[in-house]
Amino acid sequence: MGSLRDVLSPFTAWKHVIETPVTLKNPIGREAADRYRGFHQNDTEKCIGCGSCETICQNAAIDMVPVDDPKEGDSGLRPQIDYGRCCWCALCVDVCMTGSLTMSNEYTWVDTDPDAFRFIPGVDEKPWDAIAKGYQRPGERMLSGLTRPEMMEMEPEARIDNFDEIVAGYSREQAVLEADRCVECGLCVATCPVHMDIPDYIAAIREGDYDLGTQILYETNPFSEVCGRVCTHKCETVCAAQYEGEPIAIRWLKRHIIDNVSEERRLEIVGTPQVLPTGRKVAIVGAGPAGLTTAYDLARQGHAVTVYEAQDHAGGMMRYGIPEYRLPYDALDRDIAVIRAQGVEIKTGVRIGSDITLAQLKADNDAVVLGIGLHMGRSTRVPGSDAPGVEAAIDLLRRITAGEEVPVPKKVAVIGGGNVAMDIARSMARLQKQKYGAVGVTVTALEDFAHFLADKEEVTESIEEGIEILDARGPQEMVTFKSGKRKGEVKGLRTWKVISIFDDQGRFAPQYDEADEIVHEAEMVVEAIGQMADVSLLGDELTEALQWNRGRIAVDADGHTSEPWLWAGGDSVHGPDVIHAVADGHKLAASVSAMLAAKAEVAK
Amino acid sequence: MFSFQPDRSQYPDIGPDGKFEIDLETGKFLKLWQGPNHPGITGNMSVELTVNGDEVVEGKTHVGYLHRGFEKLMERRTFIQVFPIVCRVCVPEPDFNEYCYAAAVEELAGIETPEKAKWIRALILEMGRFNSYMMSIGGIGGALGNGIVGQWLTYVRDLMLDRFEELTGARIYHMFILPGGVRAGLPEGFEGRMEEVLATAERYLDDTEKLLFTNAVFKKRTKGVGYIDPALFESYGVTGPNARAGGVAKDVRKDSPYLVYDQLDFDVPVEHDSDIWARATVRYRDLRVTIDLLRQILAKMPKTGEVMTSLPNVLHWKIPRGETYIKGESSRGEYGYYLVTDGSGYPRRVNVRGPSYTHAMALLEHLIPGTNIADVAALMVSLHTYPPEIER
Repeated sequence: MGSLRDVLSPFTAWKHVIETPVTLKNPIGREAADRYRGFHQNDTEKCIGCGSCETICQNAAIDMVPVDDPKEGDSGLRPQIDYGRCCWCALCVDVCMTGSLTMSNEYTWVDTDPDAFRFIPGVDEKPWDAIAKGYQRPGERMLSGLTRPEMMEMEPEARIDNFDEIVAGYSREQAVLEADRCVECGLCVATCPVHMDIPDYIAAIREGDYDLGTQILYETNPFSEVCGRVCTHKCETVCAAQYEGEPIAIRWLKRHIIDNVSEERRLEIVGTPQVLPTGRKVAIVGAGPAGLTTAYDLARQGHAVTVYEAQDHAGGMMRYGIPEYRLPYDALDRDIAVIRAQGVEIKTGVRIGSDITLAQLKADNDAVVLGIGLHMGRSTRVPGSDAPGVEAAIDLLRRITAGEEVPVPKKVAVIGGGNVAMDIARSMARLQKQKYGAVGVTVTALEDFAHFLADKEEVTESIEEGIEILDARGPQEMVTFKSGKRKGEVKGLRTWKVISIFDDQGRFAPQYDEADEIVHEAEMVVEAIGQMADVSLLGDELTEALQWNRGRIAVDADGHTSEPWLWAGGDSVHGPDVIHAVADGHKLAASVSAMLAAKAEVAK
Repeated sequence: MFSFQPDRSQYPDIGPDGKFEIDLETGKFLKLWQGPNHPGITGNMSVELTVNGDEVVEGKTHVGYLHRGFEKLMERRTFIQVFPIVCRVCVPEPDFNEYCYAAAVEELAGIETPEKAKWIRALILEMGRFNSYMMSIGGIGGALGNGIVGQWLTYVRDLMLDRFEELTGARIYHMFILPGGVRAGLPEGFEGRMEEVLATAERYLDDTEKLLFTNAVFKKRTKGVGYIDPALFESYGVTGPNARAGGVAKDVRKDSPYLVYDQLDFDVPVEHDSDIWARATVRYRDLRVTIDLLRQILAKMPKTGEVMTSLPNVLHWKIPRGETYIKGESSRGEYGYYLVTDGSGYPRRVNVRGPSYTHAMALLEHLIPGTNIADVAALMVSLHTYPPEIER
């Protein structure tokens, strides 16, 4: 069987005796490869504590734990890693929304304390914190999408001569794609003034369960249709998806849910109060978002609620401040219809103070809530600001909504750089287009574009619609006709270039370059520099009795004023938008309700 | 000529059913446990031997020492969370799990893999095969007292682990083949360093040939021992080198090419004696083919291009209802993943078809009776089985 070769050949292996050994002298000190996945590092400056790493870890090796010095807008948590569980798969690195979590190529570490192997990278200092080699997520996030689907909008030419709604809303396909990007970190929930369950209703969109979505929306917000269109979406400013991508279009997704549920179905889902009437009465002054939210909550608890509204229709600033092309009136009406269905009585065209006194309300009710909004425009008080042709934006917007006749000159100048300035500029532009076939609106804002107060999309859309926007221009004078038939009427606005707005101490003290002067030709100058509350309804006695805080009614954390029967909230107390007003409404309702419950206890 | 075979006349008679009449009460038989910790065991399993003298009359396999319930675990993990688990189903050649799982998910989710990723996947699978064969050939040497071959080839395997480390970022569990592609392209200068490893490997294989395959003792102990009748291949599910050693040229890479194997030029080595010698020889020759394939892949691979497709958000990734079976030719034979999805975010069922399941249990139990105690280890190693994939 065997040959001589088979006997001799194995002896050739002896040559290895004289070869250099291949074993490493010190394998512990060996440096790992450049992309080796070793111990974690976390750039805590970038980390927002979204917890995606914790979610994806199939070994449950990561726990999000509180740290001492979180950043504004993050969760205050950081990943703690247990190396008794970690399998070094690095999915946590791949899914990291900010790219803060990485792995060094350090792979040996000796310690006699078993607990040392559970630590918070980036917080508990480790020798490998500064090692640049190791595993980083290659390029952009691959495990979740980066961009939101483009919203269908009316083209500028199609929208400029009418007040039709501009934004079309997402289709089912678009909404699912967008909902898919959400990592359910919940940073948005913490940031939203009413703490809407955003990840949950986004999940309902993915599941196609719009009934559930509506139910979730109504748990926190009776103005979901309104907020789905005009919310200032603070949630999107903290969204984990915005790092290396666009934030989730949370506002449009909210709208998508409501768009997919009929008004009748919505009433069925929300239902009516399932409690016995308590016999307690509450009067609410002002049918804006704060007042109506308070009314909704209190009515759901069985209290008899009457809302008094000075204007002909309910809605407050949502109706009389926000133009129809951003928030169609029928959308608002559907939200209000659900609130009415709870048994809330809304008396419109009743002005408290003149038609009924506040004292009368106090006498007839167990509690009175003020949600009176900011319906008086502030004036620049520059020379000529009382001349005919100078208008307050908020007043003009109200008149447009109410269908009143407003003057529409060929040239309009707007002072202000906030959303109200954009609203009135765009409204006037539409009226001009209808009347003259051309737009002639100039907006002059104190701030430069980098510090603009208006939403970016508002500015962009305004410019698309042919509105001229000039930044860093300070109003100096309303130029008036000095003679002739129109003597005293406005014919223009004189502005100077702004060098700085605030002084070293941060006080408002604008500095101008007087050499850079422009006179903007305009037969109407609209002041859109802010609003204040009309508190004349309080009357002298109550005004005297109440405590005040810088011109606003002082309230405690629950919205309770210094008078035991009176609560106040919304724009007139806190500002600045619908969602904060809704949050205020919930707070007021809770406080009023607690007082009514206490009353009931005493009555027993 | 002088024979090592014992005189069979001293052993009990074979009964009318063709089996030994085993009666422990007679005192002629001894129970002997081989494993779970034994140098001749291919991982953590044991064989309960019944011996008569030094002849084994019966062998029962005992597995379960490594059972971690992977398939069940996977049903409670999201599709992306299964990714780090699968490689653990087979320690010495983990990449087939990663590839089969990723390909199954891609098929059911309708995801296209970039061309370059396919090449890198093939590269990794061949690197894994290289390592697996190194262990196997070193093992067969070790099982027959020729431990130096094991030491040499373990060294060569370690060099390949260095290449794994620089390519994938890990040495053993690479976790590199994600659904959608692979994690990264080749590092700078990788081809050169790989060529060094392959050259070293060839040098050590030349020495191995002289020490092991041109060795009267090795031939004596392996030729004609552990014969598997090719007629049994179908019924015992024998695939891969074990079948190729019996003249059946089955190889998934050739029979139903996956990844880029249709663009590679290679032959499938076949032997005919179906004994331990033939199986060791087939593996040795196939290892040479693997080295050639590694060179081909590196030469033909596209130099540019994406290696990973964007996935849907993996945190709530749902895959439509469906089922698929993805297979590949591992170093031990046909390796497959059967994946069933039900439209939810979790796999409904993952079934791993590892060749060790049939080779290490039913086939081994069939082959053991009649062997010498000293040959059992070599027999086991010659079947080239990895217990973790039996107990997934």
